[in-house]
Amino acid sequence: MAMTVQLDVVSAEEKIFSGLVESVQVTGSEGELGILPFHAPLLTPLKPGMVRIVKQFGEEHVIYVAGGVLEVQPDSITVLADVAVRGEDLDEQAALDAQKRATEAMQHAGADFNYAEAAAQLAEAIAQLRVIQKLRKK
Amino acid sequence: MAGGKEIKSKIGSINNTRKITSAMEKVAVSKMRKAQERVAATRPYAEGMRKVIGNIAQGNIEYRHPYLSERDVKRVGYIIISTDRGLCGGLNTNEFKKVVLEMKSWKNKNVEAEFAVIGNKATAFFKRFGGKVVAQQTGSGDVPRLADVIGTVKVMLQAYLDGRIDRLFLVYNTFVNTMKQEPVIDQLLPLPKADIAQKEHNWDYLYEPDPQPILDMLLDRYIESQVYQGVVENAASEHAARMVAMKAATDNAGNLMDDLKLVYNKARQAAITQELSEIVAGAAAVG
Repeated sequence: MAMTVQLDVVSAEEKIFSGLVESVQVTGSEGELGILPFHAPLLTPLKPGMVRIVKQFGEEHVIYVAGGVLEVQPDSITVLADVAVRGEDLDEQAALDAQKRATEAMQHAGADFNYAEAAAQLAEAIAQLRVIQKLRKK
Repeated sequence: MAGGKEIKSKIGSINNTRKITSAMEKVAVSKMRKAQERVAATRPYAEGMRKVIGNIAQGNIEYRHPYLSERDVKRVGYIIISTDRGLCGGLNTNEFKKVVLEMKSWKNKNVEAEFAVIGNKATAFFKRFGGKVVAQQTGSGDVPRLADVIGTVKVMLQAYLDGRIDRLFLVYNTFVNTMKQEPVIDQLLPLPKADIAQKEHNWDYLYEPDPQPILDMLLDRYIESQVYQGVVENAASEHAARMVAMKAATDNAGNLMDDLKLVYNKARQAAITQELSEIVAGAAAVG
C-alpha cells in the first residue's frame, strides 16, 4: 500500500477537504509543486489554480483554490486557501469603497431619514391622486 | 354592549401580532442553527494560521513585523460589528454601551479613537455618538462572506501601519449559548502574545521565496479571519437574541389576549344581565 499523509484544505469560510492522500500537486508562486509523504517542512504562497489530490487507494480529486498558502510538515499538509482571488489593487479598491461608504453614511442622513422623506413623498402623491379622482367624479 | 366590539378588534390585532412574532421566532431558530455551523466551520482555518504564524515568529527573530511589536498608545481603532436589523433585544445596545464605557476611559487618558463599523445599527449609532468613522460596511445578509470584510479591515490595518492608530480592537457579540450572548472587546493589534504559540522546536521551514512576504500575507489573512469570525459569531448571537426576544413577545401577546378575553366576556355577560333585567322589569310593569 502506498504511503499516505494527512491533508487539510481549509478556507476562512469552510473546511474544503480533509483526509489521507498519497500525493498533492499545487501551483506555488514559484511554480508547480508535487508533495509526497514525509516531505521536508515547506511554506509557500499559492497562485490561483488547481490542487490535484491523489487520495488513498489512488482516487483522484481536483479542487480549485483562489490562492493562499501551502504549509507542509512531514506528517501533515495544510492548504490555507483564499476564498476569492486577491490582489493588492482589488484590496485597495475594497478599502476605498469602505471609506467612501463611511463618509456617505456620516454625511447623508441615515436610512431612517430617507424613509421619512420617502413616506412624506408618498403621502403627497396619494393626496394628489385623490384630488384627481375627485375632480374626475365631478 | 359597551366596548365589546372594540375589545374584539383589539384581540384580533394582538392575535395577528402574535402570529408574526411566533413566525419570526421560528425563522430565527433555524437561522441560528445554520449560523452556529458557520461559526464552527471558521475554526480550522484560524487554528492552522495560528500554528504557522507561531512557527514563523519563532524561527525568524530578526524580523519583527509591526503587527507583533507594542508601541505607546496615542490613538486607538475599533472595528465594531453589529446587526443590520433590529428586534433582537438588547444585543446591540449592550455592545455599544460597552464601547462607550471604553471610550470614556480612553478619553481620560487623552487617547483618541477611530471606528470602522459593520452593520446598520452600528452605523446609525456612531453617527449620533459622533465618533470618527473611517470605514463602513452593511448588508452582509444571512451568509456573510469574507470578501465583505476585506475593505474595512484593510482601512484599519493601513491606519495601523501608517501610525494613525496604535492599537486595534474588535467588538462583537460572542455566542455563549442560546440564552446568553455577551459583547466582547478583543485586541487584534498588536497581536496578543498568547495568540502566538510558544513552543520549542529546532527546525525551520523551507521558504519559497522568502519568509517575510509570507509572514506579511499570513498576518493580514489572520486578522481578516478574526474579523470574519466575529461577523459570523455576531450573526449567530443576533439570531439567538431575536429568538429569545420573539419568544417573549409571543408569550406577552398570549397573556394580553387572555386578559382581554376575560374583559370581553365580562362585558358580554354584563350586557346580557342588563338586558334580562330590563325585559323582566318591562314585563312586570305591563303585568
